Amino acid sequence: MNSASDTWQLGHRTMSSRILVGTGKYASNEQAREAIAASGAEMVTVALRRAEPGRSTPSVLDAIDTERYILLPNTAGCYSVEDAVRTAELSRELGLGDLVKLEVIGDPKTLYPDNAATIEAARTLVDRGFTVLPYCSDDLVTCKRLVEVGCAAVMPLAAPIGSGLGIRNPHNIRLILEESSVPVIVDAGVGTASDAAVAMELGCTAVLMNTGIAGAKHPVLMAEAMREATSAGRKAYLAGRMAQKPYATASSPEAGLIE
Amino acid sequence: MSETTPQFEVHVNGELRSVRPGTTVADVVAELDLADRVAVERNRQVVPRAEHGSTELSPGDRLEVVTLVGGG
Repeated sequence: MNSASDTWQLGHRTMSSRILVGTGKYASNEQAREAIAASGAEMVTVALRRAEPGRSTPSVLDAIDTERYILLPNTAGCYSVEDAVRTAELSRELGLGDLVKLEVIGDPKTLYPDNAATIEAARTLVDRGFTVLPYCSDDLVTCKRLVEVGCAAVMPLAAPIGSGLGIRNPHNIRLILEESSVPVIVDAGVGTASDAAVAMELGCTAVLMNTGIAGAKHPVLMAEAMREATSAGRKAYLAGRMAQKPYATASSPEAGLIE
Repeated sequence: MSETTPQFEVHVNGELRSVRPGTTVADVVAELDLADRVAVERNRQVVPRAEHGSTELSPGDRLEVVTLVGGG
């Protein structure tokens, strides 16, 4: 088994990297640039906000080489179908193409998604020609509906956004993976390298993270750890883990012991 | 003379601004002195970049002028 040509499809795009990273919460543009490079991501998320008059400070785009990275604009902060669709349309107008990370939030404390509204917004955006990657609950039925309306991937949360709590319900992720005909990208909740590895060992197509890297004491080093863990988890999945057993089985021959 | 110049108000990113008749979306964007590339929505409809210069504002228009920021 070789993992050298282990690519995956996102809509019409062929992707190599299995880690997607956010661009928020970094101490500086320089730190963001280094961390994104260390993560090995080829797709990075960005947000859309009101422009501030007279702002001359460097923008996030100065930290991102748009020749090197694919920008994935999000609809973070939107609480309605209409606002999410408007935000996606504005991203497209900014020249970001057809990609959108769809978020329709339903609760301010947990930032859990409004799944019903997310499905409705996804249907509208797919109809308008967008390649939709929806952030959603780790719920099989929600994911099935999102696939039915034409989403290019599903992105179930592992834990609340920015919580770093890891994969809270691996069984739910496993059930989604069994049924999904599109890439499954774990989005939100990845706090450290082992969380990324667990997601990939479960068979997820990719992982998306921001605070797990930007919130670390040393973000660039954590980005490197996340890249390695994502890769290690993917290889372990492809290798096929051994069966778990309740008792020991000796690794050394039982015959030929000295007496 | 300025007190005789008719003006009306529009909302730009939630703030009221007085503009002269004939002011276009491009004029408002230029006045904001933005370093970044922006996209503009007028009354909840995107105004394509090519139409910024020809889209004149009407009293009470609501403009959203947005740009990219870091995010997850």
